[in-house]
Amino acid sequence: MNLFEKFSWDRFVSSLQYMWQGMLCIFVVMAVIILSVYLIGYFSAKAEERKKLAEESEENNN
Amino acid sequence: MEILYEGVLALFQNGGWQRVVMWLVGALLIYLAIKKDMEPTLLLPMGFGAIIVNIPIVYEGALSTLFSAGISNELFPLILFIGIGAMIDFGPILSNPKLMIFGAAAQFGIFFTFSLASLFFELPEAASIGIIGAADGPTAIVVAQKLLGNASTITGAIMVAAYSYMALVPVIQPPIIKLLTTKKERLIRMPYKAKNVSKTTRILFPIIITIIAGLVAPESIDLLGFLMFGNLIRECGVLNSLSETAQKVLANLITIFLGITVATQMTADKFLQPATLLILGLGLFAFIFDTAGGIIVAKIINLFSKEKINPMIGAAGISAFPMSGRVVHKMGLEEDPSNFLLMHSIGVNVSGQIASVIAGGLILSFKL
Repeated sequence: MNLFEKFSWDRFVSSLQYMWQGMLCIFVVMAVIILSVYLIGYFSAKAEERKKLAEESEENNN
Repeated sequence: MEILYEGVLALFQNGGWQRVVMWLVGALLIYLAIKKDMEPTLLLPMGFGAIIVNIPIVYEGALSTLFSAGISNELFPLILFIGIGAMIDFGPILSNPKLMIFGAAAQFGIFFTFSLASLFFELPEAASIGIIGAADGPTAIVVAQKLLGNASTITGAIMVAAYSYMALVPVIQPPIIKLLTTKKERLIRMPYKAKNVSKTTRILFPIIITIIAGLVAPESIDLLGFLMFGNLIRECGVLNSLSETAQKVLANLITIFLGITVATQMTADKFLQPATLLILGLGLFAFIFDTAGGIIVAKIINLFSKEKINPMIGAAGISAFPMSGRVVHKMGLEEDPSNFLLMHSIGVNVSGQIASVIAGGLILSFKL
């Protein structure tokens, strides 16, 4: 296979759109994941807090 | 008597010397695995497999059957991902999710190499070469198989490059890190505030990541789904024996088969091509630019942030888990023996694992 026979500048130029789209998408996806991790942390902390309060009030009632 | 020397004669007939070269390549891989301890679990089976498939007969043996059963349908790499998922503790990124941005940045090498490779290769081939930069063997195999199929002559070189460079992370990364950072930057301390990550968060994480990735990058669902399934087994707390089996027995078993089966692509006629050298070069290029991408984004964030980040941790966003994280930690200790970057670098490293799988899915979704 002669590599230089297949050399194509046009193909390189057309691939640049995949490069910027790929990088943009990966940052967007990771940003969504970061946001969802913050949300999971926030809501699970809230839920635990509520559980603790419920347990404490149950103890106080007893 | 003829049958005894039929094979020997074949060695001196058409292309026999090429098979000998491939035996030497196989021997080199075995040497690197045993003597240099470079990814021995993969390089040794690959090296031995390379010797088997280059015996001068028309090879249609058990390895071809294994290839059809486990690699051409991407089954082995996917099952291996269950084991990898069970091994990973996502705790460091759950307590500091911001670190995941470096996982994204360190995928730059994949897309940049993809573009560069497109000068010499058709787009599906170029994308498969770019994915070497995922620093993740199973992802490289799945993407290359899906884009190129079984008939491709470059799959073997891609797989060998992916696994060899993963083993060479401790050699490739330090000079790039030193080149792109100043001593002052390498001395930046990052205190680690350990946060208690609840069990609910640990259980929800793999489920929600799978849903998000499935919605925005559906092509990554196989890889990410299996990875996160393994992690769910680990974190649920009721499947400890399954988790242990996935981490050890399952991962080891699949690794044995994967390594020796990948070697079916290392036949002399496919491997001894000028393209192989170019693919190896481009693969190295992908690793270098992944490392650079992570470091540069860390430096950019430092321009705007009050709390400075040691830019070396950006380099750990290259998937190669846990080697890259350890390399960064070791370099931090070399600069200042009391600067512990391990928790940060491992956090970035596991986020690189997720990001590289998503990058693979994105490449597949381009429908090249």
